[in-house]
Amino acid sequence: MAVDYTQEAPVIEGNYSFRDISDIISKPMETIPDKKYFIALGISLSMFGVGILCWILTFVYGVGKWGNNVPVGWGFDITNFVFWIGIGHAGTLISAILFLFRQRWRTGIARFAEAMTIFAVINAALFPLFHVGRPWLGYWLFPYPNNYKLWVNFTSPLLWDVFAVSTYFIVSLIFWYIGLIPDFASLRERTKNKIKKVIYSIFSLGWRFSHRHWHNYEMIYLILAGFATPLVLSVHTIVSFDFAVSIIPGWHTTIFPPYFVAGAVFSGFAMVQNVLIFIRKIFNMEDIITIDTLEKMNKIIIVTGTMVGYAYGMEFFIAWYSGNPPEQFAFLNRAFGDYAWAYWIMVTCNVVFPQLFWIRKIRRNIIIMFIIGVIVNIGMWFERFVIVVTSLSRDFLPSSWDYFKPTLVDIGILLGSFGFFFTLIILFTKTLPVVSIAEVKAVLKQAQPSHHGEAQNG
Amino acid sequence: MDKKLFCLAAIFDKVDDITKAAKKVAESEYKFFDVHTPYPVHGLSQKMKLKPSTLGYIALILGLSGAALALLLMYYTKTLNYPQNIGGKPTFALPAFIPITFEVTVLLASVGTVLAMLFIYFKFPNNSHPLHGTEYMDKVSLDKFGLIIEAKDPQFDEFKVKEFLGSLNPEVIMPIYYDPEDLNFKAEIFHPKFMLLLGVVIVLTAGISYILLNKWKQIPPRNWMWEQPRLNVQSSSSFFSDGFGMRTPVPGTVSRGNFPYVYSGLPDTMAKNLINPVLMNEYHLKKGKEHYNTFCSPCHGYFGKGDSRLNNQFPNPPSLHSDKLRNWTDGQIYHVITVGQNIMPSYASQLEPIERWQIVNYIRALQRALNAREEDLNE
Repeated sequence: MAVDYTQEAPVIEGNYSFRDISDIISKPMETIPDKKYFIALGISLSMFGVGILCWILTFVYGVGKWGNNVPVGWGFDITNFVFWIGIGHAGTLISAILFLFRQRWRTGIARFAEAMTIFAVINAALFPLFHVGRPWLGYWLFPYPNNYKLWVNFTSPLLWDVFAVSTYFIVSLIFWYIGLIPDFASLRERTKNKIKKVIYSIFSLGWRFSHRHWHNYEMIYLILAGFATPLVLSVHTIVSFDFAVSIIPGWHTTIFPPYFVAGAVFSGFAMVQNVLIFIRKIFNMEDIITIDTLEKMNKIIIVTGTMVGYAYGMEFFIAWYSGNPPEQFAFLNRAFGDYAWAYWIMVTCNVVFPQLFWIRKIRRNIIIMFIIGVIVNIGMWFERFVIVVTSLSRDFLPSSWDYFKPTLVDIGILLGSFGFFFTLIILFTKTLPVVSIAEVKAVLKQAQPSHHGEAQNG
Repeated sequence: MDKKLFCLAAIFDKVDDITKAAKKVAESEYKFFDVHTPYPVHGLSQKMKLKPSTLGYIALILGLSGAALALLLMYYTKTLNYPQNIGGKPTFALPAFIPITFEVTVLLASVGTVLAMLFIYFKFPNNSHPLHGTEYMDKVSLDKFGLIIEAKDPQFDEFKVKEFLGSLNPEVIMPIYYDPEDLNFKAEIFHPKFMLLLGVVIVLTAGISYILLNKWKQIPPRNWMWEQPRLNVQSSSSFFSDGFGMRTPVPGTVSRGNFPYVYSGLPDTMAKNLINPVLMNEYHLKKGKEHYNTFCSPCHGYFGKGDSRLNNQFPNPPSLHSDKLRNWTDGQIYHVITVGQNIMPSYASQLEPIERWQIVNYIRALQRALNAREEDLNE
């Protein structure tokens, strides 16, 4: 198939007026949800309910309800934490890094991906909070003057994590909100409902589309993108420091920071792609979230997937090359030990299947790309499981070696975290514009002035 | 009634028209003009001759402050306030401080710049701007492009501005008036709604502070750590046959360090010959001063002059520098601390015997200090 690469493909397909864009994007918020919506919400809420039950059990009886035990002190909880933080990374990558690279195809998916970031980070933050044992004392993680005259240990990677994750959450939230302000104002002008009008007025802060404001607004967007880019790289780097700074064989490697960041983008893009496939279909946004956009996301999946595959290989090479017996044992144990099943699930899902995206037809086939997206996320969950559990289950003291088995509460919490995430997403689709109205208008064909001073046919 | 004019507005349909119009109005004599577009139009800032945004400088200043703040906090806590040896790292471990410094820099710069833009640059929240609720706002938020010239412009003349806007070929020209309700609005302190809000804020603040300061530590799950299956003092227990949780001493024994004071209930002269076992040296004087300042000074004053700090809630005791006291033996002072005298209670439960002797030594030092002898000057 011949593709003309000299001409940039339009971001939005079809001929839409500004009014059409507002109508399409505002429609989910202006219509009463149908039966399917409530079925989907019911399923995710049930999963969430199981999760809440398991969180309550953990809260009352303590982390003894989990499978964590010596020597595997980090089990499902930290696996899930790293997994969900990783899911969040795609959102910031789309909204900040692609913005800096002037990738205009991001406009259709940025809002949604940012929302997913926020939900994923909330989800992730719950795990370390409960992991500390007494979650109601979680504020002890922050440095504040207290009657014990104690300060937190600023040299610990676990504390860096506290700062990284909370900064990441706050910055993502304001980035998201800044993008929402003009849309709140659009909705404020559209709505006939008095209560909605009050709510939109409050959140729009009185935005009035003044170009004197847009002028500064575009600057702040650039500044925030500039800050969020190193921030998102730092967050998963610091998460990887939790492992890399310790001395457990299989953790203590310098490849961890880039490897974790690539893995995070990999799984995050797979998740965003999966959810967007539903959104564009259900809300008739196929022309805004185009098949071209999904194809580009699949390209990023294959790039990051290959990077992750390279890291798997390089870990083995360094284990051999270092001549360090515990290191060599740790990696042989990964591939051929008790958890070999998890390791080979990880390798197949992350390295083999995404390579199918080299074929253009598969990149553009909704059903196959959805399946590969699911496979990638299964693989990435197992990657974290393999890193956390296999390394710990064979520590330096053979007498304490043990096989980690999750309890029902562990599995319930994992299920609940997906329920929580999807509940928030389903609620989000009906309460806030899932695509940025102002940004999409700005990338329409007729949106920007022709530079010859002549009126364009719009 | 005369309505007060806010501005004259013109609405355009095409983006090229608005860029042309923006260029013309920026070149004209009007200074208080603005353009409204449903999305940011590229190049419009140059056409409007807007100065480059200064937000970058704010971000720079805030980012540098964040870095300095984080480093100073870590330096203060880890090096000055509570130095700890963690894995042999230096107390000021700069490489280990980098991640947090970076995070705080980003946090302060991004949050601060956004707040500065919204609340200082834009003066938000502002939902009572005259443009709100007008047909003009309805259109420019959706698919039209608008241009306004405000009435406060010194060159503003309704007729001339109308003519000028007409020359730009807009779709429609409309005047926008102030909302009379907003104009006549006066902030009243005693407005019932405001008072209600104030009341709610007071009750909430007071309630939350009360709970946080007094109840927070006692409510579950905060108290789970101390509600454990163990015996608490003064509580019953089914473990022992008598139902008491606490045990009485075995008859005929004395617990360690609890040697009974033999002169209790007897006059101070009986203790005259008790021997002070504590040396008069710097260590014991320092300890004695600590205990004296804690337990004795509230009534006797820091120098034993009887200058109570209790503002007559208690009668002031006599001075410790009287001849009577100076001529007492150490044993007599010790006796009074142990069993009390007149209104002064016994301090036996608060102070160990050695601590009482240390106080005796300190009182001796005070007495000497206020009645120095000639020979003391030579030292």
